[in-house]
Amino acid sequence: MSLEIIKAGVRTTVQDLGRPGLAHLGVPRSGALDAGALRLANRLAGNPPDAAGLEITLGGLRARANRAMTLAVTGAPGPVTIGRRPADPELPLAVPAGAVIDIGRPTAGLRVYLAVGGGIAVPPVLGSRSTDTLSGLGPGPVRDGDVLPVGPPTALPPGVDVALRRQPPAALRLRVWPGPRDDWFTADAWRTLLGADYRVSPQTDRIGARLTGPALTRAIDGELPSEGVVLGAIQVPADGQPLIFLADHPTTGGYPVIGVVDPSDVDRLAQARPGTAIRFTRAPATRDRRTATRDQSTAP
Amino acid sequence: MIELPGDDAVSAAYDLLTDLRDRGELTAAEIVPAARTVLLDGVPDPDRVFRLLPQDLSAGATTPAKPRQITIGTRYDGEDLDDVARLWGTDRAGVIAIHTGTEFRVAFCGFAPGFAYLTGLGPRHHVPRRASPRTRVPAGTVALAGPYSGVYPTASPGGWQLIGRTRETLFDLENDPPALLTPGTIVRFAEET
Repeated sequence: MSLEIIKAGVRTTVQDLGRPGLAHLGVPRSGALDAGALRLANRLAGNPPDAAGLEITLGGLRARANRAMTLAVTGAPGPVTIGRRPADPELPLAVPAGAVIDIGRPTAGLRVYLAVGGGIAVPPVLGSRSTDTLSGLGPGPVRDGDVLPVGPPTALPPGVDVALRRQPPAALRLRVWPGPRDDWFTADAWRTLLGADYRVSPQTDRIGARLTGPALTRAIDGELPSEGVVLGAIQVPADGQPLIFLADHPTTGGYPVIGVVDPSDVDRLAQARPGTAIRFTRAPATRDRRTATRDQSTAP
Repeated sequence: MIELPGDDAVSAAYDLLTDLRDRGELTAAEIVPAARTVLLDGVPDPDRVFRLLPQDLSAGATTPAKPRQITIGTRYDGEDLDDVARLWGTDRAGVIAIHTGTEFRVAFCGFAPGFAYLTGLGPRHHVPRRASPRTRVPAGTVALAGPYSGVYPTASPGGWQLIGRTRETLFDLENDPPALLTPGTIVRFAEET
C-alpha cells in the first residue's frame, strides 16, 4: 500500500512521537508538534499511538490512495475532501482505491495531522520516522511526487460518533513554571512575563515559537555554560525576546531559561499562528507539575 | 536540573544517575549532562532524585567500571592551527604535542547529534571562539573553543578554532549507540600524516 503525494503543500513532514531518551547523545526529541492531535488521528485510523502520520503545515496537501484505506484528519480545522466530496475531520474515513484526498488551508491553527490505517512506513531512524528539521535525522520533508509506503493495518478503526474538537483559540493562555535560571533575571522580568501581552512572531518553526513583546531584562550578565533544555523551555536570548522550545529543539542551550511552559499546553502553542496573543499565568501547584511530567514520560 | 560545582561532579552524578536508572531504581526519560548541570526529564518523583544523590558527589563518586577508550587519528592541518599556536605561545608542532598529549573525556554532547564536548586541556590552553563563525565546517573537523575540544560529526556552521581533521565517523546510525563519543568516554588524539 502507498500514498502518492500529488501536492505536498507549504511544509509537510512525516512525524510520529519522536526520539525521546537520546538527548545525552545530542539527538533532539523531535516528533509531532501537536502530539495530542497525532495520537487522536492514529486512534481514529486504528493505529497504535506511535504510528507515523503526516504533519501538514497550513494545509495544501493533495494525495492519492493507491489502495482502499482508512484515514483520519485532526489538528487545525479546515476543509477536507475525498474524491471531491466533503469529508469529516476527526472521524475514521474509508477511502476507496484511487481516490484523491485534498486537505485545504485551515481556518484556524497551523498544523493538520493525517493518519492512515497502517501508518506511514518509511524506514525508522533511531526508532522514529520523524523528520527532525534541526539535525536532519529521519526522512526529508515530503515533496510533490513522493510515494509514501503505508504499513499493513493492525486493527479496525473504532466506532466513533463524534470526537471532541479543540478549536485553536485566538488568544492563548499558557501555564508557566519558574525555570532553572529565573534568578538570572530581574524581579521585574518575571512580573513582565506574567503581566504583558506577547505575540507569536512569524519567525516560528518546529524548533521554537518566537514571541515578540516587552523585553525580559537580565539581572546577571555574562555567559551561561551550555546546559540541557526541555520541551516548553522559555529561553531568553540577548535581545530579551522569549523563544519557547518546540519538538525539534536542540538538546542543550546557552541562554538562560526563565520559565517552562506546562507540557500539557505545548500542543496548543504549536497550533498558534503568527500574531496570536499569548499570556502567561503561573502554574498552580507542585502536585500538578508532577502529574504533567508523568504524563509526558509514560505516554507511548 | 541539578547544579554541580564542576566537570568531575557532573560526570560522577551522571554515572550514578544512569547506573540507578539501569538498575531500575530511578525512572527518567532523559538524563542530560552538560557543563555544570545534569538535567533530568520525565521523572515521576523529583524529590527522590535528591534523596538518592550523596551529599558530596566528588567523594562518593562510584568509579565507573571501565570507561570506553577511543583514539582518534587526526591530520593536523586546520585553518586556525597558526592562530592557536600563537595563543598558546608555541608553534604548530607544539600544538600537536599538547593536543595529542592530553587525555580528554567526553563531558557532554549537544549542538548536533554526536557532537561531544571534550574536557582535559589546562586553563592555559583554553581559546576563544572565532569572532565570526564559518558558514560551513566539514564533517570530521577537529576544533577547539573555550575549555573544550570537539569533532564536528556532520558539516555545519561553526565558530570553533579548526586545528585538524579525522576520517572517523562520529555519528553512525548503524551503531548502537550511534554516537562514537558518549558521555564519560576517554579520548586521545593521535597524529596521522
